[in-house]
Amino acid sequence: MTAMDLEVQIMAVVVAVACALPGCFLVLRRMALLSDAISHSILLGIVLAFFWVRDLASPVLILAAAVTGVVTVALVEALHATRRVKEDAAIALVFPALFSVAVLLIARHAGDVHLDVDAVLLGELAFAPLRRFSWNGVDLGPKTLWVMGAILLLNAAFLGLFYKELKLSTFDRGLSAALGFSPAVVQYAFMSTVSVTAVGAFDAVGSILVVALMIAPPAAARLLTHRLPLLLLLSAVFAAASALLGFQVALWLDASIAGCMAVATGVLFTGALLLAPDRGVLARLVVRRRQRVEFAGLMLSIHLLNHEGTPRAPEENRLGHLPEHLRWSDDFALRVARHAEREGLLTRSGDGRLDLTPLGREAARHLMVR
Amino acid sequence: MSLPDLLHGLLFDFTLRTVALGAAVLGALAGALGCFAVLRQQSLLGDAISHAALPGIVLAFVLTGSRATPVLVLGAGIAGWIGTLAVMAIVRGGRLPEDTALGIVLSVFFGFGMVLLTWVQGRPDARQAGLDTFLFGQAATVLPGDVALVAGVGSVAGLITILFWKEFKLLTFDPDYATALGLPLRRVDFLLTGLLVVAIVLGLQMVGVVLMSALVVAPAAAARQWTDSLRTMVLLAAVIGAGAGVTGAAISATARGVPTGPTIVLVASAVVAFSLLAAPRRGLVAEMLRSARVRRRIRADAMLMDLYALSRQHVEPGHPHPVATLQAMSGRERGVSASLRSLEARGWAVHTEGDRAEHAAGRLPGASSDRHWAITEAGRIRARQLLETGVGPRPGPGEPAEPGSPEVPA
Repeated sequence: MTAMDLEVQIMAVVVAVACALPGCFLVLRRMALLSDAISHSILLGIVLAFFWVRDLASPVLILAAAVTGVVTVALVEALHATRRVKEDAAIALVFPALFSVAVLLIARHAGDVHLDVDAVLLGELAFAPLRRFSWNGVDLGPKTLWVMGAILLLNAAFLGLFYKELKLSTFDRGLSAALGFSPAVVQYAFMSTVSVTAVGAFDAVGSILVVALMIAPPAAARLLTHRLPLLLLLSAVFAAASALLGFQVALWLDASIAGCMAVATGVLFTGALLLAPDRGVLARLVVRRRQRVEFAGLMLSIHLLNHEGTPRAPEENRLGHLPEHLRWSDDFALRVARHAEREGLLTRSGDGRLDLTPLGREAARHLMVR
Repeated sequence: MSLPDLLHGLLFDFTLRTVALGAAVLGALAGALGCFAVLRQQSLLGDAISHAALPGIVLAFVLTGSRATPVLVLGAGIAGWIGTLAVMAIVRGGRLPEDTALGIVLSVFFGFGMVLLTWVQGRPDARQAGLDTFLFGQAATVLPGDVALVAGVGSVAGLITILFWKEFKLLTFDPDYATALGLPLRRVDFLLTGLLVVAIVLGLQMVGVVLMSALVVAPAAAARQWTDSLRTMVLLAAVIGAGAGVTGAAISATARGVPTGPTIVLVASAVVAFSLLAAPRRGLVAEMLRSARVRRRIRADAMLMDLYALSRQHVEPGHPHPVATLQAMSGRERGVSASLRSLEARGWAVHTEGDRAEHAAGRLPGASSDRHWAITEAGRIRARQLLETGVGPRPGPGEPAEPGSPEVPA
């Protein structure tokens, strides 16, 4: 592994974790798609600031972009507050308009702007080590690493300092307002950090994949836990894991690192969706299957009770009769009978006759009374 | 380019005519189907679908080696469709809200598309080979065949919408009732969403991924402001979408370096802004005027009640009172005269010119405040009506509010 590979991996992890931390609250506050809106409209801030300072390396660009992100949120909320459009429509109206203005400005001044729009949208981590940060002629490492490292610290500090305010306004807006923590102030402070994070990350991974890093790891973590501290921790772990996994796959396929990181977040999320212990797809399948057999076992005991002691009992209360009477498949009937036997509801004789145990009789009566 | 030139160009210039026609058909289709998305609060589904289409386009290209529009559109459609199903599956899990599901699908599918694209090209740089076209659209590359494709598929989509009109309407406004009627709701949902996927992938070539969602949402959001009827809204959105398409194409043809997609989106956004402000009933201007009118009326009513209260305390009900008294009673410095004049116009108050002698002697300052106002008989009737029906302000403390209480005879 070369030094450059190591640098890229460190940067990937830093970017991913820096995005995932505020992402947790985006997911919890149902504002996931504001990250999409912000990451697109910051282009306008960058373009306008560029026209002003005429320098692509200027920190003013970053600042202007972050401000544009906050303005985007304000515009969406203002539009929503008119009660003429719903919030989702407000988002879908605001950011394409701002983005269009930016694209038009770039196109109009294509001659004197060397601003690559698709570089903003797509980004490329592989080139990040080429932009060095040096001081007094000493190479201090890639610029992106410094910028994103600072943003990561900023996000961690923000979450640490305003943890209870964020938590309260996320889960109980009314209570937080009543206690005097203005939810609006918390909201805008939080959206500022999201905006700064998106700006810092876009040049590494591009504005569209910022959304993946912000949303997918927290969403995966959300499927696994109900507790906020654990959610933050798991998100950070998932983010870092996707970054490393994505890098390895990108190396192997010789493909876009950012793209592979996004896919890796998607893979981890799918894994969580399938395997989550309580609400995962597999867990629910297993539960449903078991419930089906359990229910059928009780149905069977009712059936047996109905015919018990009647002249037709020897004919009705047989395993072989169930497929005809209850329209079960042979396999399913056998499974149900075995399950009911294990539960002590009935006994099976060698010739296929089924007899209720006292427990089974009791259970069937109990069900029928209800 | 002057306006006649532009019109001439729209009719006879081959490229411009093709682009404008394509944009018009696309705008109409996206606008009409967008209405359902906006009303069902799925405005951002379009955004997710358009991003999710990227891997489909790349795979279609890899598998067939063809860059023909129908092949790529088919690939985009399948990928967009899978993306939509993924959103539905995530939401059905019950733990995550829809916006999170949309965000995940949007970005992960797009990332997958980029991986495919860079992998196909064998280098970690996606900027060549038409990703630009896909991101921002390239209306100038639209060929008559593409327009025919959009028009053909679009008419089928329109026909399906007409055939399933009542199902779509029920799904949009009252899905529970639709379920109760025994409608196969899931299948209707799939069909409607499928139509939206079709409209979006057809538009990718024209306006690109990022802006396609605006073309779905903006005409519908604009049309919504003008009407409360679904039929009118859908038709209006189609017209607005088509209009924005043609206008945007025409504007971008007049100047160099003005890409078509963003121009169309800005035209559509301008229509939204205009509709939000100027629509007759839901418009913000109309609401401001309406609330100003209501405020004026409430103030005038309050003023009438003040005059009525004064008249009841005075032996002579028609005794005029100075403006200053009424200002003090209402707690308002300004606007008192306006309220009084509107009462006078309705015959509920009259004014006298006050004490001219004192005014002339300079003991009363100001010329406009020397008027004295009195309530008329009609005004007293109106005031009692207001008290009885409870429409208008409540009387102050110490004043009899019950109707039929002893009155000072007029």
